Amino acid sequence: MDFETLLSYEWGVMMPEFIILGVAIALSLIDLFMPENRSRRLLGLFAFVGVAVSFVSLLGLWTSDVTSILGDTFRLDSFAKSFKALLLIGSALVLLLALHYEPKERIAYRGEFYYLFLTALLGAMMMTSSGDLITLFVGLELLSISSYILVAIRKKHTLANEAALKYVITGSIATAITLFGMSYIFGFTGSTNIKEITGQLASTYDENHQYILSLAFLLTFVGLSFKLAAAPFHMWAPDVYQGATTPVVSFLSVVSKTAGFVIVLRVIVSVFAQTPSGSSASMLMTLAPYIAFLAGATMIIGNTIALRQRNVKRMLAYSSVAHAGYVLVAFASLSMFMFEAIWFYLLAYLFMTIGAFAILQVVSQHQDDEDVSIFAGLYRRSPLMAVAMTIFLLSLAGIPGTAGFIGKMNIFLGAFVVEPAHYVLATIMVITTVVSYVYYFGIFVQMFFRPVEHTHRLEWPSGVIAVVVICVIGTVLLGVFPNIAYDFLAPFEHFSDFLQ
Amino acid sequence: MQPYFLSLLIFSPLLGILVLSLLSKEQEKAIKWLGVLATLPSLCLSLFAFWQYQNGYDISKLTEKRSWIRFGEFPFLKETDFTVAYELHVDGFALVMIVLTTILATLAAIASTSIQKEWKGYFQLFLLLEIGMLGVFAASNLVLFFIFFELTLIPMFFLIGKWGYFEKEKAAYSYLIYNGLGSAVLLIVIAVLFARTGTSNIAELRYILTNPAVQTISPISDDLRYGLLVALLVAFGVKLPIVPLHRWMLRVHVQAPPSVVMLHAGVLLKIGAFGLVRFAFGLFPGQFQQFSTWLIVFGIVNLLYGAFLALRQTDFKMVLAYSSVSHMGIVLIGLGSLNEAGIQGAIFQAVSHGFIAAFLFFFVGVMYERTRTTTLARLGGLAKTMPYVSGFVLAGAMASLGLPGTSGFISEFMAFVGAFQAEPWLAAIGTLGIIMTAVYLLRAVLGMTFGQTTVSNVYDLRGIEWVPAISLLLLIVIIGVYPNVLAMPIQTTIETMMNGLGG
Repeated sequence: MDFETLLSYEWGVMMPEFIILGVAIALSLIDLFMPENRSRRLLGLFAFVGVAVSFVSLLGLWTSDVTSILGDTFRLDSFAKSFKALLLIGSALVLLLALHYEPKERIAYRGEFYYLFLTALLGAMMMTSSGDLITLFVGLELLSISSYILVAIRKKHTLANEAALKYVITGSIATAITLFGMSYIFGFTGSTNIKEITGQLASTYDENHQYILSLAFLLTFVGLSFKLAAAPFHMWAPDVYQGATTPVVSFLSVVSKTAGFVIVLRVIVSVFAQTPSGSSASMLMTLAPYIAFLAGATMIIGNTIALRQRNVKRMLAYSSVAHAGYVLVAFASLSMFMFEAIWFYLLAYLFMTIGAFAILQVVSQHQDDEDVSIFAGLYRRSPLMAVAMTIFLLSLAGIPGTAGFIGKMNIFLGAFVVEPAHYVLATIMVITTVVSYVYYFGIFVQMFFRPVEHTHRLEWPSGVIAVVVICVIGTVLLGVFPNIAYDFLAPFEHFSDFLQ
Repeated sequence: MQPYFLSLLIFSPLLGILVLSLLSKEQEKAIKWLGVLATLPSLCLSLFAFWQYQNGYDISKLTEKRSWIRFGEFPFLKETDFTVAYELHVDGFALVMIVLTTILATLAAIASTSIQKEWKGYFQLFLLLEIGMLGVFAASNLVLFFIFFELTLIPMFFLIGKWGYFEKEKAAYSYLIYNGLGSAVLLIVIAVLFARTGTSNIAELRYILTNPAVQTISPISDDLRYGLLVALLVAFGVKLPIVPLHRWMLRVHVQAPPSVVMLHAGVLLKIGAFGLVRFAFGLFPGQFQQFSTWLIVFGIVNLLYGAFLALRQTDFKMVLAYSSVSHMGIVLIGLGSLNEAGIQGAIFQAVSHGFIAAFLFFFVGVMYERTRTTTLARLGGLAKTMPYVSGFVLAGAMASLGLPGTSGFISEFMAFVGAFQAEPWLAAIGTLGIIMTAVYLLRAVLGMTFGQTTVSNVYDLRGIEWVPAISLLLLIVIIGVYPNVLAMPIQTTIETMMNGLGG
């Protein structure tokens, strides 16, 4: 590759990534030279502005054609654009929360928090655009390693240390499994470029290869389920959620999970959707029952174990496991609604989850534990926030009028429109949703029916209020007028360029 | 005003919710007055529409339709596929149910004056509940129906759990889980129909499902139809309730505040009947016919089970709760008869029981406020201490057991006429239930009115309490004496249903 070709690339399509990268580097330098006793909040604001500018530059690219640079390793297609938007919106909201996070024990490494946060985001964004297994993997590791440190940032906190260690160990195992799966794919095709892999696999069909390819599929998928917090790699979620700080938890449960779905779709759909199979149209369709099985298991595990949690963060951890299961239903159905359903659900999930964590952050700030009773009498202490929390929980429970309902409806449509329809899977989803009412409504009981337990005044910093307001608007508006979001996807024509 | 009339009717309580949120928590009087006032606009609008309809106005002109949600635009599909419109529509049956709802909402709001705490939140939820109930009857597509259907779930959970009696939270949870499962099953049916046909409009679905020639996006096999019908029967069977699914409803009847039970027994249970008529019967008439005998059997089980258990209750609220179970059996018997008289009886029973149950529960509230008990043994001698109250309760019981001249008589009579035509033997067993009804109601009411005086220093009916008492009694008698007031509006609905059966 000479200098000429390097210059001929349309570097503009990487603008959002460059901005994040630049801000992350700048932040690390500023943090280095800043006097130690100065507040790091300014860095946080800078990071927030960086994310916002990056989002604007993404919108500038919104209607551009599919572009592929750097030898097909980086591609900007409609899939990349729409999911990058989710990552950036989620990160901006989480940064607003982090600005006002004041836990009991001070956090010494605030500067580090902000630039590690941005590198994690950068990793996630690279994954959305990767056209090559190597860049995909680098993005994944960038995200993972940054988030391991983010979890451990309260380094004097016992639970945080436990959480970080568990996260690193399970994470590494999962990565190893993924890599092992990918190595089969590489071994078969001799290439790491997704386009080439797809072409190679599509043109050759050998019955003996099917088993090994299936093995590759399962290993890759199971390994990636770690990022989704889906079965079988969901066990880290409750411990890590409990140990990590609230902004980090909301990052893990929204941005990192979205990134997990991004890589699953990128690898699994592009590699296996066009690979011929003996019994049905493609290998992906033959193997979809395995995804369906994992989706069902994830929903059941998440929702039933959440019933027994008293700690709110652990409860929300299992709830996030369950939501990963719902999204996997959309994936397992492989219907024409798949991409839209997943995107919309993740958008709805973003608003309702970050909103709930924002309120949890303030309510739990001066408490020793996060027992569900910290919500006792919230309606009397801050009625508006109790109502906002109600909206988020109703949306998480999928009650009509909220974004969560439309998201679930879209997933159902996908599950039922295909032939044969996924009746069992959809039934599991519906029943476990009703099970989830029990624990979500348990918080209502605390907020509205129980007398006040902790009388100290709750302080609502401006950033948290902003997050709550944005999330309430997002949750309700998408629930009542979902086409606002769907219209954003209109120029993409159902992600038809995904496999081009 | 025509294009907005129904929206205005449904959402007018919203105004009350907004104004209430501006008031301070402490202004008890103002809040209570406002709560009642806020139910009046929809009451007036619905009565106006009903009156116009009686005078020959074509209510299909009130139909509203605006485009709303669109799931995916695919070049290979029609423009309208996978869209959900915001569309409202009423026919005679729906209008009757709406009038029932608005009347009971206003009267229950008046009865809510006995609520002791946090009036503001109470009335806001109460009005939200009213919006949900009105929307259910006016929605003309399944998705919209479901949204309103679930909208009733949330306020009810809070109304029971916060303002109820001793075991209120348990009752609220049991309400939530049973009804949540019921709605879950309903949601599956709705999603399947929507996904496979691309539309959720009820009229279009009826056309598609009853014309085998129509091509759907995905095939709908006969087995699937049976499955969907059974699912619908379960979903609305929870709401109605049909016997093995009834336990939640007993708890709610006993634990919820009486004013809420007025709406619950009066309207919410009727959504079950409405759903059975509209969707189970309306969408799958052919399959429904196969199930008709089973429906009658279930109806008789409901009728007898409710009646026998009502006989041995010691609490007046429990007597009424089982009586509701028993009376809903008559709705099932009527529907299962599959003839004009039977269906008419079922709809009559739904409306009539709505008024009677609300009437009796209103007096449960009145009595509890004064005596702090609803145990039969401790309510003796009411005829001496509260002569008017005990008189009204006796009248309510008479209507409930089907005394000629009251609405209860007409509906039971019609339902059984239908049943005798369809399944004479089963109907004969069913009549046992009617005798039982007389026995348990008279036992309970006579025990309270006469018998040993146990309470003293209580005042009789007073002030605004006369309004619900008199108006409900009048309605019960009017329907009993002049049933055409109800029979005429529902006539077209019944004819459409009979056409669906093919003759």
